[in-house]
Amino acid sequence: MSAAQISSTVEASLTALAVSLRGVTKTYDNGVMALGPLDLAVCKGEFISLLGPSGCGKSTALRIIAGLSAPSSGTVRVARHEGEVQPGHGIGFVFQEPTLMPWTSVRENVRLPLKLGGVAKAQGRARADEALASVGLTDFADAYPRELSGGMKMRVSLARALVTDPDILLMDEPFAALDEITRFRLNNDLLALWRALGKTVIFVTHSVFESVYLSQRVVVMTARPGRIQADLRIETVEPRGEEFRTSTAYSDYCRRVSAALAPSYSGQSTL
Amino acid sequence: MRFVLPVVVFAAGLFAWELVVRIKDIPPYVLPAPSVIVVTLIKDWAVLSQSLATTLLTTLEGFVAASIGGIALALLFNQSKWVEYSLFPYAVVLQVTPVIAIAPLLLIYLEQQTAVVVCAFIVAFFPVLSNTTLGLNSVDRNLAGLFQLYGASKPQTLRFLKLPAALPHILGGLRIAGGLSLIGAVVAEIAAGTAGAGSGLAYRIAESGYRLNIPRMFAALLLLSLAGIVIYGVLALVSHLVLRRWHESALGKES
Repeated sequence: MSAAQISSTVEASLTALAVSLRGVTKTYDNGVMALGPLDLAVCKGEFISLLGPSGCGKSTALRIIAGLSAPSSGTVRVARHEGEVQPGHGIGFVFQEPTLMPWTSVRENVRLPLKLGGVAKAQGRARADEALASVGLTDFADAYPRELSGGMKMRVSLARALVTDPDILLMDEPFAALDEITRFRLNNDLLALWRALGKTVIFVTHSVFESVYLSQRVVVMTARPGRIQADLRIETVEPRGEEFRTSTAYSDYCRRVSAALAPSYSGQSTL
Repeated sequence: MRFVLPVVVFAAGLFAWELVVRIKDIPPYVLPAPSVIVVTLIKDWAVLSQSLATTLLTTLEGFVAASIGGIALALLFNQSKWVEYSLFPYAVVLQVTPVIAIAPLLLIYLEQQTAVVVCAFIVAFFPVLSNTTLGLNSVDRNLAGLFQLYGASKPQTLRFLKLPAALPHILGGLRIAGGLSLIGAVVAEIAAGTAGAGSGLAYRIAESGYRLNIPRMFAALLLLSLAGIVIYGVLALVSHLVLRRWHESALGKES
């Protein structure tokens, strides 16, 4: 056990960091402190979950990493690949809602980041089709978002985040609004994509089970202002599948993560 | 049924009207029978059609000016809060002052045809402005974040995000503006008509009133109503065609 821990620390120190936050805080204009101070280091290629009660600032942390929101103090470092022209192309973001443009087709929705980055139309369409194929939606390229189910919309949103081939994928409770069966399927698809593409994934969720199933590392956050309560590694035989979901190791991890999460909920009357 | 019932009511009303006029033997200068109105419409078509064309042209000019002006002003407001704060109160003042009261003034300072178009513009531009502003401000926050994330420029955000998102609101504004510019044109024509010149439908109505040519008054009124209905219908159709693939308002109940 201790050997495994040592090797993982060595690994972490050897691999370059994809994202690092140091002493990051966020205070809103109304004086509410939402986050921090937060220190977090994410290695390249890692799949990490931020888990915490609602309103603990985990989405805020994600928006700060994406550059959509500025931290009140502290530093944020995001590794960028060389020769990157357009800001943000190293990052793909999947919102809680599918956040698709209803007025245009699925293909055009997926092509949007490329269009904004000035990629030629034909090339952009080809890459959009590729991204759609990777999430299994080739047949729906010409459909409009309203014609799709909730799960399919989320896949489109994922394809759009992948179309720029980002190094880092930020996901903000993307499957929270879906039914359980769809969520399980998307969980498996996401893991398959992660294994195939080797991206760094930061996945925000409030589901203990989802975080344990998906990630190599679960970072448990406290209630507002969100700080790190626990940082747990989930180690199991890869690739993970349905066997892991039903294994005792899985339920052990879930118990440990739940225990780490419990203090955040104690004394909270409103959830 | 939705279309048959109003037609049935309309036919019954006309029949009753015709019947009352015939039985009571009411003279046409008091109340003309529907049949007389139709005959007048055909007989005076040369005069009336020319007036209709004049009024429609004024309406169209006012509508186009209101659409362009309203949308342009809303875009300007959206780009700069300072411009919005400085100018919006005056847009409201222009809207709440009755156009019938402004028309005589405009007729003094402007050439008559211009004054009439300006009146149509004043009445019609406000709904376009306020609806477009509402639309531009109701862009999905996450979509706006997405555009920011991918480094979209201001023109890109406007063209690919704000304008499409505001489109349903803009079209709603235009639908209101269509009817209003007809009203503006008519009001201005009546104001101009009492000053002695003009040839639009409203002027015909005023003129026929002075001459006690009541059937022609009714005929001109009928044409005005029909023009209003057609304007609304055309704009509603355009709105439906533009939005039918994606907006809730244009979708059937089942889908």
